[in-house]
Amino acid sequence: MAKQEKRKELKVSAIENGTVIDHIPPQSVFQVINILRLDKVRNTIMVGTHFESKKYGTKGVIKISNKYFESEEINKIALVAPTATLIVIKDYTVVYKAQVEIPNHINKIVKCINPNCITNWENIPTKFTVLDRDDLRLHCTYCEKYTKKENFKFI
Amino acid sequence: MKNKSLISIHDITRDDYDTILDLAEQFEKNPRQSILENFVVATLFFEPSTRTRLSFESAASYLGAKIVGFTDAATSSVKKGESLKDTILTVSNYSDLIIMRHPNEGSARYASEVSPVPIINAGDGANQHPTQCLLDLYSIRKTQKKLDNLHVAFVGDLKYGRTVHSLVQALTNYNTTFHLVSPVELKLPSSVKQYIKNKNLKYFQYTEMDEVISEVDILYMTRIQQERFSDPLEYERVKNVYILKNNMLDNAKRNLRVLHPLPRVNEITEDVDSNPMAYYFQQAKNGVYVRQALLSIILDVKPATK
Repeated sequence: MAKQEKRKELKVSAIENGTVIDHIPPQSVFQVINILRLDKVRNTIMVGTHFESKKYGTKGVIKISNKYFESEEINKIALVAPTATLIVIKDYTVVYKAQVEIPNHINKIVKCINPNCITNWENIPTKFTVLDRDDLRLHCTYCEKYTKKENFKFI
Repeated sequence: MKNKSLISIHDITRDDYDTILDLAEQFEKNPRQSILENFVVATLFFEPSTRTRLSFESAASYLGAKIVGFTDAATSSVKKGESLKDTILTVSNYSDLIIMRHPNEGSARYASEVSPVPIINAGDGANQHPTQCLLDLYSIRKTQKKLDNLHVAFVGDLKYGRTVHSLVQALTNYNTTFHLVSPVELKLPSSVKQYIKNKNLKYFQYTEMDEVISEVDILYMTRIQQERFSDPLEYERVKNVYILKNNMLDNAKRNLRVLHPLPRVNEITEDVDSNPMAYYFQQAKNGVYVRQALLSIILDVKPATK
């Protein structure tokens, strides 16, 4: 048992302070990085994917040292990683743990499906209201058209 | 609605409809009054729509407002590549209110977010054209003396007709029974039908209009455009089915009125024009009063009391 624990730690080392995003579907890891704009931050980040997961078979994990997210911001990743768990670490201890939830509003990250929407013609950030969490659809604030989950394109 | 933009019929409550239509009635009685003498209204037509522009400009002119603007993006700095935001911010320096028509859906909502002066949407692509919807409602209320419990038929292109979608949604506030007549390819989209279902109202779908005419109070005709059909043969097959001829109105209810957002091409034959049931030209005229009402509400200037 102790041996196994050790091997796990070698795969992804623990962080002292920061945020861990666990249970990311492996195919969504890079989208999560994009959505959270992690390519722009200077913090230490560890990214791993295709770890074994008891719950989901395989999973991705992202650990960001010394960074905490507003829930509105982190919840955006629920669009691509509905199973993801947010873990907040302070002094090597888990102080908060919860599954991400799709927020009521999605700004800037998804393109509007309507090619004639003004957001696809001018440099205007997109804005959506989330509808039907079960059969996810986004309602564009501007052109009033619906973008369905299968048509999501990330900016 | 004072000092606020009018972008979409989704922004209008049933109380707002009453306020606007009541005020339009007052302007119909007294359309020439110089209450907007000190105001400048801009009409920004990023795509041409002569009929809508003239109606707005006529409404503003009868109230004494000055009008600035352009009638076509080709004659403005838009052609030089100016962003919508810059155009709106610039013109808002020169006017108290902006009336805009734009080929892209959502443009008016965006303009209202960046503009320090109110925006009236005069059509944003295939999305919204709220003043058309209001003048349709005004015409229905005026000819039927009420809006509640009417039977309304929509005929023609119910799939792409922005006017139809807005009016159907607005009428769901008034316990309307809907009669939807269209070729199969151009049926009312399910997203719009959902508004009817949400209010538990009745609707019936037809592919021919003969059986409907004697049932309804309002016959709302629309144009069927050839380019809407994936199969040109299908267009040839249906193009004559949705033409209203004068003798088809023989068994209509006496109070029936025929509406059409115009321009008409051939979907209403000219012999209908002299039938007292034809109302489409008065309908267009009502647009002036409705737009006067909106200008007066948004600019917060009351009409003169006689």
